[in-house]
Amino acid sequence: MSDGSGQQIDLHFVVNGQAVTVRCHPMARLLDVLREELHLTGTKEGCGEGECGACAVVMDGELVNSCLVPAAQAAGVQLRTVEGLAAGGRLAPLQEAFLHCNGAQCGICTPGMLMAAFCLLQHNPHPSEEAVRVALAGNLCRCTGYAKIVAAVARAAQEGGDAL
Amino acid sequence: MPLVGTPVPRLEAPDKVTGAACYVDDFALPGMIYGVTVRSPGPRGRIRRIRLGDGIPWEEITVVTARDIPGDNVVALINDDQPCLAAEVYNHAEEAVVLLAHRDRALLERARRQVHLDVEPLPPVLTIDDALAAREVIWGTDNIIKSYLVEQGDVEAALREADLVVQGEYETGAQEHLYIEPNGMVAVATPEDGVTVWGSLQCPYYVQKALMRLFRLPPERTRVVQLETGGGFGGKEDYPSMIAAHAALLSWKAGGVPVKIVYDRTEDMLATTKRHPSRTRHRTGLRRDGTLVALDIDFVIDGGAYSTLSQVVLSRGTIHAAGPYRCDNVRIRGRAVATNTPPRGAFRGFGAPQSLFALERHLDVVARAAGLPPEELRRRNFIRRGERLAVGQQVRDGVDLPALLERALQVSGWTERKNRFRQENQRGTIRRGLGLSCFLHGTGFTGSGESHLASTVALEGTAEGRVRVLTSSTEIGQGTNTIFSQIAADALGVGGEIIEVPRPDTAAVPDSGPTVASRTCTIVGKLIETAALSLRQQLLEEGLLPLPYTTGDFQAACAAYVRQRGALRATARYQPPPGIHWDEVRFRGDAYGAYSWAVYVAQVRVDLCTYQAQVEEFWTVQEVGRVVNPTLAAGQIEGGVAQAIGWALYEHVAWQEGRMANCRMTDYIIPTTMDIPPIHVWFEEAPYPYGAFGAKGLGELPMDGPAPAILNAIHDALGVSICRVPATPEVIYDALSREEALV
Ligand code: FES
Ligand code: FES
Repeated sequence: MSDGSGQQIDLHFVVNGQAVTVRCHPMARLLDVLREELHLTGTKEGCGEGECGACAVVMDGELVNSCLVPAAQAAGVQLRTVEGLAAGGRLAPLQEAFLHCNGAQCGICTPGMLMAAFCLLQHNPHPSEEAVRVALAGNLCRCTGYAKIVAAVARAAQEGGDAL
Repeated sequence: MPLVGTPVPRLEAPDKVTGAACYVDDFALPGMIYGVTVRSPGPRGRIRRIRLGDGIPWEEITVVTARDIPGDNVVALINDDQPCLAAEVYNHAEEAVVLLAHRDRALLERARRQVHLDVEPLPPVLTIDDALAAREVIWGTDNIIKSYLVEQGDVEAALREADLVVQGEYETGAQEHLYIEPNGMVAVATPEDGVTVWGSLQCPYYVQKALMRLFRLPPERTRVVQLETGGGFGGKEDYPSMIAAHAALLSWKAGGVPVKIVYDRTEDMLATTKRHPSRTRHRTGLRRDGTLVALDIDFVIDGGAYSTLSQVVLSRGTIHAAGPYRCDNVRIRGRAVATNTPPRGAFRGFGAPQSLFALERHLDVVARAAGLPPEELRRRNFIRRGERLAVGQQVRDGVDLPALLERALQVSGWTERKNRFRQENQRGTIRRGLGLSCFLHGTGFTGSGESHLASTVALEGTAEGRVRVLTSSTEIGQGTNTIFSQIAADALGVGGEIIEVPRPDTAAVPDSGPTVASRTCTIVGKLIETAALSLRQQLLEEGLLPLPYTTGDFQAACAAYVRQRGALRATARYQPPPGIHWDEVRFRGDAYGAYSWAVYVAQVRVDLCTYQAQVEEFWTVQEVGRVVNPTLAAGQIEGGVAQAIGWALYEHVAWQEGRMANCRMTDYIIPTTMDIPPIHVWFEEAPYPYGAFGAKGLGELPMDGPAPAILNAIHDALGVSICRVPATPEVIYDALSREEALV
């Protein structure tokens, strides 16, 4: 959100493999920069205060809630959002697993869930169910009761191997 | 190969996993500006003056008050008592008074803080007891929005003659829907072109009805389009009419500029509807052998400041209050009262979770008093096919409750676990218990609701040889798109790949009724089945379809029909099943076409150091008619159980002067991955001839049973009866301390 006042900065970072430059207020929320400046609206806002994980993205290999990240902090980083999971028009195994297991119901938590799961599998390709639950504990879902999300992550881990 | 009964993957899931799905927050129109709402400061008062403060370029900002409404200042629903914008008085905290719009959201936020309301506070009514005492009258003549009485036999006589009478009082708190997508709408409105809104909603035709009244427009100039909707659970049943109205009023005043209103989480929690809080009193008479001879039930729900859907919530809650049991003498008094709190609305289960919580919790207390195991008391009183429920409805479903119970006991290892916990509970600081609940949920609208709705669906064959399923039933995560395509494909005898389910748009789809009441699959699905058969018949009669035919033949026939004869369309309109009679005045008869039935078992652990209860495992056994899509159906059960676990243990709405004090996700706690146990789902299928391919209602059922099962398990673990939800650590601590004080 820009209020038309205050100083703006030129922010450079890489998102989903592409270098971008955005002019924005240094304290703008990364969430808004992604959604409004870059039109990457796959990243969602559920609470705006770091509680729901709907806005989760992967920044330099770590999961962050983009509603809590000031734009300036994203200078020079590598970002991955839900739009960057599928490659060459093909869904990633994790996305396929969500399809297969009905891991997405209303779908509003799904981008954040996918990024949290992606981040987990990057660090731990064969997690236990407990590890999956811990990794997703910061992402709220009101539709699924989590069972099919956890099952989807387990399936992706089994099938995807390192090709996640 | 038939698709009904198979786990067809969700149709719109590819868009949901790639981020392409377009929700209201993602939707933009050229030149769009933003709207915000200025709200009442307290629970009740008179508005003396609206002052616009200093330092804001007001000439740039669109300002709307009640005076700007072209038509009637109501959100049309049932009683039309709720204003769209408060004018002279406000009746609850956070009631909308003034609307502002501008393209710069930061300026808009500053402006919102500079709108000052000079008010004269009036004494509020904040609790059920205050409302019933009626020292202040805030609704009608006695604060009672609606009351119902169900009576059969002679309750007082039966209580006098009973061997044992057990009383109890049970309370349930408000619950926030907490769909992860907050409410939002975009509107374009001008006197010339009428009103169009796009947004997150469950019931397009409810929104249309409200807008028509507000702007005095005919239906053809009032268009409502659903966008991808990030959860509803009843929370997007009536309130979207309010937000649509607000966005449209701003656009109207701003000369037709598109206006978007998206609530932030706090505003959504403060202003939108919740589950009705309730209080239920039971007096139950038994014979020595455990036979229920009298059920005297007083059921009160708190409707908030305006009546919204309270009377319908009350009727469902009242009818479900006596549960799946046979009893000759029953009296259920149901009342919905008004308080100066934000209006309560629809929430999954719609009154039934509240009254069933009371009954199923109470029956465990009764069983103890009677010296019977809880499962045995229920077994002895289950209603059977051919017998009559309290409203006089004869049970026609092919349900076998003793068998459901047996299965639940067996799959949960009931006896073995109970024995084990009894041993283990002797030591340490962890106590475990098992609890169960038995319940039913009526499919579709209550009473004559479905007949009044007279829902219509249409199927359309296209020149490309595809079939479009046209309904106003919304996909809100439950699987509408997918099950509709399964039903249409099987009824037509074709593959699912030629079926399209376009998103509801009142300019393009007939009114198939609201997406509520577990009616979408069974009732609207049945209409799709009927329309599909008639579409197929048209092709057969024209000699365009060979028998047998392939999907390709069917596509060719559709295309040929459209080429030769023009539009290919079949519609179906709701007809009540034969032999169904409901007497609205006497509140007796066939309340629903069918019921779904279930037995749930919860295993709970309570930590005696933290007083925290946690569900460790959960078993669900339910008879829901034919299961159209087992994966989606299981998803509904798991999600419903999770939501009910939240209601039972964690989700406490803290009210301060009629305002939700914990209006943030930080303070209002819903279950995470770590709080939801393994949930086992078993379906029994007794097909219902008047539901799509035999389906009955399913979506709300799982909200009804978990809370009493969990609190019964806490009773089992601690030997202490807790009669309210949520059973937070504070509530458990209090109950234990009271128990100790008594010893
Ligand atoms: S929107 Fe960022 S955590 Fe909820
Ligand atoms: S799928 Fe709806 S919130 Fe998770």
